[in-house]
Amino acid sequence: MSENGNKAESRRAFVKTAGRLLIAAPVLALPVILARKTDVKGYVWQIDPYKCTSCELCKSSCVMTPSAVKCMNAFPMCGYCDFCPGYLRQGAKTYNTAAENQLCPVGAIKRKFIEEPYFEYTIDEKLCDGCSKCVKGCYDFGNGSLYIQIMHNLCVNCNQCAIARVCPSDAISRVPATDPYIVKELKKL
Amino acid sequence: MKKLNKYAPYLILAIMLIWQSILYAQPQRFPRPEFEGGYTFPTHQFLFQRGPMWEYMDVAVLIGALLVTAWMVLKKRSRQGLVWVSVFSLAYFGFYRQGCICAIGSIQNLSLALFNDNYSIPLSALLFFSIPLLAALLFGRVFCAGVCPLGAIQELTGFRHVRIPKRVEAVLTTIPFVYLGLAILFAATESQFIICRYDPFVGFFRIDAPFTMVIFGSLLLVTGIFVNRPYCRYLCPYGVLQNIFSRFSRKHLTITPAECRNCRLCESGCPYDVILQSDLVTAIEKPERSLKESMSYMLMIPVLAVAFAVILYNLAPSLSAVSNNVKLAKEIRLEKEEGIKAVSKASVAFFESGKTEAELFTDEQQIIGRFRKGAPWVGLFLGLSLGIGFFRLTIRNVRYDYEPDRGRCYSCAKCFKYCPVKIKN
Repeated sequence: MSENGNKAESRRAFVKTAGRLLIAAPVLALPVILARKTDVKGYVWQIDPYKCTSCELCKSSCVMTPSAVKCMNAFPMCGYCDFCPGYLRQGAKTYNTAAENQLCPVGAIKRKFIEEPYFEYTIDEKLCDGCSKCVKGCYDFGNGSLYIQIMHNLCVNCNQCAIARVCPSDAISRVPATDPYIVKELKKL
Repeated sequence: MKKLNKYAPYLILAIMLIWQSILYAQPQRFPRPEFEGGYTFPTHQFLFQRGPMWEYMDVAVLIGALLVTAWMVLKKRSRQGLVWVSVFSLAYFGFYRQGCICAIGSIQNLSLALFNDNYSIPLSALLFFSIPLLAALLFGRVFCAGVCPLGAIQELTGFRHVRIPKRVEAVLTTIPFVYLGLAILFAATESQFIICRYDPFVGFFRIDAPFTMVIFGSLLLVTGIFVNRPYCRYLCPYGVLQNIFSRFSRKHLTITPAECRNCRLCESGCPYDVILQSDLVTAIEKPERSLKESMSYMLMIPVLAVAFAVILYNLAPSLSAVSNNVKLAKEIRLEKEEGIKAVSKASVAFFESGKTEAELFTDEQQIIGRFRKGAPWVGLFLGLSLGIGFFRLTIRNVRYDYEPDRGRCYSCAKCFKYCPVKIKN
């Protein structure tokens, strides 16, 4: 009886050890297999401004409230227009900068007079919620200097970006963490 | 007329050339201003959140927490200590790191990196995947016990202990296998990260979530008060791996610190009902299983595996609907065939992008092809797991002690207090 018991026990121990080795092998092998594909720096998510269709999903889909997506102005591209199509609403009845005439629903675009007839437009990132209404306005009627970017001081870098999942134009992709912004620049002709 | 025919090609060429320049000039409708007052452009501040060094800090904390948990469970045998480790893990990995990066989600990074060439896995994600599994091989499921923030939040809110009928439990425990299989498939085909998307507690960690996630998470937490750790038991895909690895663990939590007296006091002490009864007590009730039956179950394993592989292969086109491109292609095809106007933002963006329908449809076929390639393997895995699960019901080791089921035990140390055997230091 005891001999049988011992036999069964040693058999079980053997099966356990074999199983442990069998199972440990792939886990230990994984880093070796993936060594070629490992990246120390990692990735972050970013919007390609040239693919973006300013659909407003960035505002509502981000896991952060308000969204980690904020608007930016590419100053070298900006026309510094007095009648800025990103700043003023289309079809406004009066021609002034009263709140009802502004396109931005949260009043995040600040207008500053530079010199006749130029105005500088900057974004107050604390107010901006990434709705990209101004981006559409500037793209449709202006120079397209306003564009949106994921701000990495706010982004929590989800494993799969919730906006990337719903982005209709596939504009959001992983970019190397060392170069986390896609800056819109003046295209050379 | 003749002249027109002669010059028409050049005219078209000229239009094409000019058209190009129009397209190029399009974003520059207004000339750049030439400032006279010495104006300089304001500069943007491009901010980062955390340096990559911090990711390795997370790995160090992970290893530390695993070791402390193992020490609490195996050496110190202190439930109170484990509770404190859980609190720390919940605070650090949960509320400070906001649930990212986690071992459960890293399955998908691994799968994405293994089957796609354009993605290379961050080293920290790889470490977060493999270190808890190695720990499971050494000490059992110590990761689940005190390090995983999702486990910790449920561990700290589980107060009562309601027994689930064995049959219900058996059915529910198959869900994580399906979840794991699908998560790997969807990540490998670059379509979805479902584990992260349906993470129930990340909303609590961020104190910010869509209301569906809050409802799902709260329901799980409220259920968890009575049926402890519902996510770990009936959903967690990483738990499947932990379960398999822990079965072969080198050391594991024991209910009694010394020798089991078969006093049956711990029998109903486990909130997860994973304490295996000793045969000294239940020998009379033990049903006899014949070798023949056992063999027939063994033969069923490959049959089940093949059957599931075939089923999943045929399900592949429907599974591929989770991919955005397949969804878009369906919508565009509907518009073409039925005349229903495609109005979704994706289709509007598609028409703006200037891609052709043929491109989209070949893309769709490629994705379905990838699903066809991957899905049978998922089926194979599911069939094998189910077959082995059935087979395991027919074999039984003789036990002389009360001991936890190594696969399903979370090493929560709640059973310690039921054991009357105490060792005085």
